[in-house]
Amino acid sequence: MKKNVLLSLVILFALALAACAPAADTAAAEEPAAAAEGDTIKVASLSPLTGPVPTFGESTKNGFMMAVDEWNANGGVLGKQIEPIVEDSQCTADPAVNAANKVIDQDGVHYIVGEVCSSASIPVSEIAEEKGVLMISPTSTNSDVTLNLDGSTKDMVFRACFIDPFQGLVMAKFASDQGYTKAFVMSDQGNDYVRGLAEVFSEKFVEYGGEIVGSETYTGTDTDFSAILTKVADSGAEVLYLPDYYNVINLVAAQAKEKGVTAVMMGADGWDSSDLDLAAADGGYYSNHYSPDDTRDAVVDWVSKYNEAYGSTPDALATLAYDATNLLFAAIEKAGVDDPAAVATAMEGLSYEAVSGTVTFDEYHNPIKSAVVLQVKDGAINFVASVAP
Amino acid sequence: MERKNQNPIVNWIVKSKILGILFFVIIGAFAVYKLGTALFDNPSLFLQQVVNGLQLGFVYALIALGYTMIYGIIQLINFAHGDIFMVGAFASFYSISRYNVHLWFQNLFPSVPVMLAQIIGTVTVILVSMVVCALLAYTIERIAYKPLRTAPRISALITAIGISFFLEYFGALNFVFSPNYITYQRPFAVKSWFVGPSGFGSIESGIAPPAHSIIFSNIFLIIVFASLLLLLVLQYIVKKTKIGKAMRAVAYDKPTARLMGINSDAIISVTFALGAALAGAAGVLYAIAFPQVFFSMGITPGMKAFVAAVVGGIGSIPGAFIGALIMGQAETLSAAYISTPMRDAIAFSLLIVVLLIRPKGIMGETSSEKV
Amino acid sequence: MKRLNKSSVLFLVGAVLVFSVIQVLISMKIINSFWSTILLQAGVMAIVALGLNLIYGFNGQFSLGQYGFYAIGAYTAADITYRWTQLHSASGLTVVLMIAILAGITIMLIRNVVTKIRGLDTLSAFALYLTAVVFSIFVAIKIGQLIANPVTALFNSLPEQTSQYIIYLLAVLLGGAIAAEVSFLFGLPVLTLGSDYFGIATLGFSIIVKVLLDNSDTMLGFAEMKGARGMIGIPKVTTWAFVFFFLLLTVVIIRNLLNSSYGRAIVSIREDETAATSMGIDVAFYKTITFVIGSFFAGLAGGLYAHINGFLHPNTFSFVKSFDPLIIVVFGGLGSVTGTVGAAFGWALVLEGVLRLVLPDGFETWRFVIYPALLLVMMLLKPNGLFGNYEIPFIRSIVPALKEKKADSETAKEAA
Repeated sequence: MKKNVLLSLVILFALALAACAPAADTAAAEEPAAAAEGDTIKVASLSPLTGPVPTFGESTKNGFMMAVDEWNANGGVLGKQIEPIVEDSQCTADPAVNAANKVIDQDGVHYIVGEVCSSASIPVSEIAEEKGVLMISPTSTNSDVTLNLDGSTKDMVFRACFIDPFQGLVMAKFASDQGYTKAFVMSDQGNDYVRGLAEVFSEKFVEYGGEIVGSETYTGTDTDFSAILTKVADSGAEVLYLPDYYNVINLVAAQAKEKGVTAVMMGADGWDSSDLDLAAADGGYYSNHYSPDDTRDAVVDWVSKYNEAYGSTPDALATLAYDATNLLFAAIEKAGVDDPAAVATAMEGLSYEAVSGTVTFDEYHNPIKSAVVLQVKDGAINFVASVAP
Repeated sequence: MERKNQNPIVNWIVKSKILGILFFVIIGAFAVYKLGTALFDNPSLFLQQVVNGLQLGFVYALIALGYTMIYGIIQLINFAHGDIFMVGAFASFYSISRYNVHLWFQNLFPSVPVMLAQIIGTVTVILVSMVVCALLAYTIERIAYKPLRTAPRISALITAIGISFFLEYFGALNFVFSPNYITYQRPFAVKSWFVGPSGFGSIESGIAPPAHSIIFSNIFLIIVFASLLLLLVLQYIVKKTKIGKAMRAVAYDKPTARLMGINSDAIISVTFALGAALAGAAGVLYAIAFPQVFFSMGITPGMKAFVAAVVGGIGSIPGAFIGALIMGQAETLSAAYISTPMRDAIAFSLLIVVLLIRPKGIMGETSSEKV
Repeated sequence: MKRLNKSSVLFLVGAVLVFSVIQVLISMKIINSFWSTILLQAGVMAIVALGLNLIYGFNGQFSLGQYGFYAIGAYTAADITYRWTQLHSASGLTVVLMIAILAGITIMLIRNVVTKIRGLDTLSAFALYLTAVVFSIFVAIKIGQLIANPVTALFNSLPEQTSQYIIYLLAVLLGGAIAAEVSFLFGLPVLTLGSDYFGIATLGFSIIVKVLLDNSDTMLGFAEMKGARGMIGIPKVTTWAFVFFFLLLTVVIIRNLLNSSYGRAIVSIREDETAATSMGIDVAFYKTITFVIGSFFAGLAGGLYAHINGFLHPNTFSFVKSFDPLIIVVFGGLGSVTGTVGAAFGWALVLEGVLRLVLPDGFETWRFVIYPALLLVMMLLKPNGLFGNYEIPFIRSIVPALKEKKADSETAKEAA
């Protein structure tokens, strides 16, 4: 008995030591690390590699790594090689905060690309702001990510994706232009990206003279949508607006066919994935950053390179992570120094030819770029219209 | 002990339990009113929702059966059950997409009617998954649960949670199942029919069915049929066979069963394998119904099926079945008529209410207190 | 005056030492914010787990609802400080304070009535309590709003820092109080269920809380909580000193509780409910009080947690995460206060700290493969937890009942 207790205590002490040792080491080694900083520029990616949506983390990491590798192959940024640091943030506040603290305090990173989910990006953005680290979130749509509570813009925080109002507006306008007047809106109550889009769409669609014949919410873990789809079929809706990610679309689309739903499905950039079930989503429209038919070099290069490296066409998350990382490096080049504050200023005035179009930032650090509307038709994705902001 | 209260009114209140009854009657009346008006307003829509709920309920039933068996025999809430279910779904995904197992009969005997060949192929796929899951569960039981037979019950529960996490995140690794949502290729094509005042017919995609008709698909039929069949097989095994008798003996009193010459360790392993086989079958049917497989697909249905097993009276096989059907209806009808966001909350409130009225579940033995 | 014995002195000295060493290291930035944030999370988790250990480890009630109360405490406290720092109004404080007080008084009053009526069934009692408490909440909101302005003026007259900290401390305590009152109402009917059924009902409770929080802006009407968008604007005031103080307080309260006649009654219920009843112990009462105290600690921890990141999101309180305190309690040793605290710190430091540092590039996803594997190995090697029934002398000397391994053999017999 006593032996066991002793053993446990020893184990615990060992763990505590193990826990503290690296901390002490890096703290002590901070001076040489600072000196060595001259050779490389450290950039961290925070993404949900575990947790509820590791697939998003995987795409984001891929996009990030591709951008880093490209810049490194071309001689790096400011003549220095980029040292990527990938950390897991689980799409949840606590692990994201720990990951951010780790890359900033332990690794001495000045630039963060991430997080994917707004629920993790918001607390990270506050840390970045506090510690003067530049952060660019590839995909967090919540306005609180770049804004303080009083409505002022966070100096050090940017994003590379559309905010909710724009895509919702695009689809509302497109739907009413097509002559549809009755829409049904479905959204994930626990996902602010989906909720935000759904709210804006509902509002704008009514402004354009349409009618919302029903709106329902579900939770992210739902797989059975039959109750809601039965309501959709019964409501006589012509449009089913479902701005969720492709995984949900696949499930809903498959079940909609069984339930005799005839409404045209519409969505947002979350649909953009090689895993979208083209047969099930046939006839649906979605808004996106770029069209696969696009002949711009940036797009062609990106799609072919990604395909070569990972064997699939990039989804929206990978594209945005790639863009975000490129924007960051372009801003560092423009600033000419490895200093987050200077880079932030440079980024505000940046105009960069990214995969998702020519990007500039508005006063709230949101990108200004145009969107396209695509249609899923006969197993292919076709360009339908382009909408400027 | 039972001393009477002086005041006759108080006495009546106590005796009739009127306050508690009133409380539930008010809640019940609200639900009945909501559903009643729904039925009255649009009977065909209501029936359609009931059919939707049935499909969900039968899938839950398959998972719940495994839970209830394992709980019945070693009182372990096997949180890893949902993840074995996930492995079952993945096993069928690989056997269909990679090895074309569902086509073997068609390829061997091209002259046989397609329908029959498809049924045989699908059954084979289900059997493969059942075997994979049974083997996996047997291994897990040997490694992780057996050494803990004499340890506190909670240790096994934590082990189950550990196994559950492990299966999920190991599965999420890129070289295992990958963290992606994978579209599942069904072993047969979906076909929907409608039945109603305008007669009976099949639905073509993109064309709205006639109004006031109820829609169901071949998936619904297969799920109902398979669940009922597996329930009957399970009941037969437990009630009629020698091994079933041994299971019941071990569940009732382990030391005595051992004295009677029953190898209780072996029986527990067999129970695990059997429960897992059911989870495997459920995984295939679930993936057929909701055609997507991913590493964490087992968590939510697993949890809901477990709750269903508790509602029905955990440890009871018919109870698990009834509980699952109730759970399916509760979820679908509350989503349809009360509030979609509150769907899970309502399902769980129902669980709590059922437990308050019948503390051991609907079919649970109320007097099973062993002292 | 009570004489301090040797173990108490040792404990206090040790506690002060541990606190000051870590505090100094944090101030000197030797422990950077990465490790200090993890320490805060670990301390908060230790309080949650201690509450659960009281309910499960000492009283034997298998609860999975600890995270529900944790969430309630977090959001309650956050709302109070949010209103103060962002809206410059003490209305949150006064309303919640009045609810806590009036609901508490109502519960006491109803209890007086109910205990006088012999043989009233639990559900009827529950209906009575619920109606009365709902009514008292309405009254409390009205009173709270009435006195909000004078109280705001009062706090405004204090120095800014002082009023901020007073409100923060009150918010944390009120988070605990509200969690405790909710747990009383919920526990009243549910505690009559058998152990596993109680566990499932509490699991249901935490899921219901999560759903309500997802819709807190639309269904509950708290626009500032922003539902699934996540609540921002909470002041980040929780520091190591606060966490350590409350952790110490929790340990001391639990130790003293277990030392009292209450504690012996609580433990006796775990050992054998039937025997306890026959000894004249009011089983229902002690179960309820343990559940309420355990939930109070969860709520308290929630209040502390809300002010670490200054951000709350319902996903933090999801179903999968709610296993964490249970894992910690079992890991440390069921019914061991020392073990729970040790395990909470070990768990957080290893999972969030060490594993992040030691895993090589490209293996970030393995963190959650290694964690369950470690869990499995630990459970197989030490099924009674890391510390078994070990306690440091300060706690051990007064809880002799825990030295015996009776609980284990009991459960083993039950399982056999």
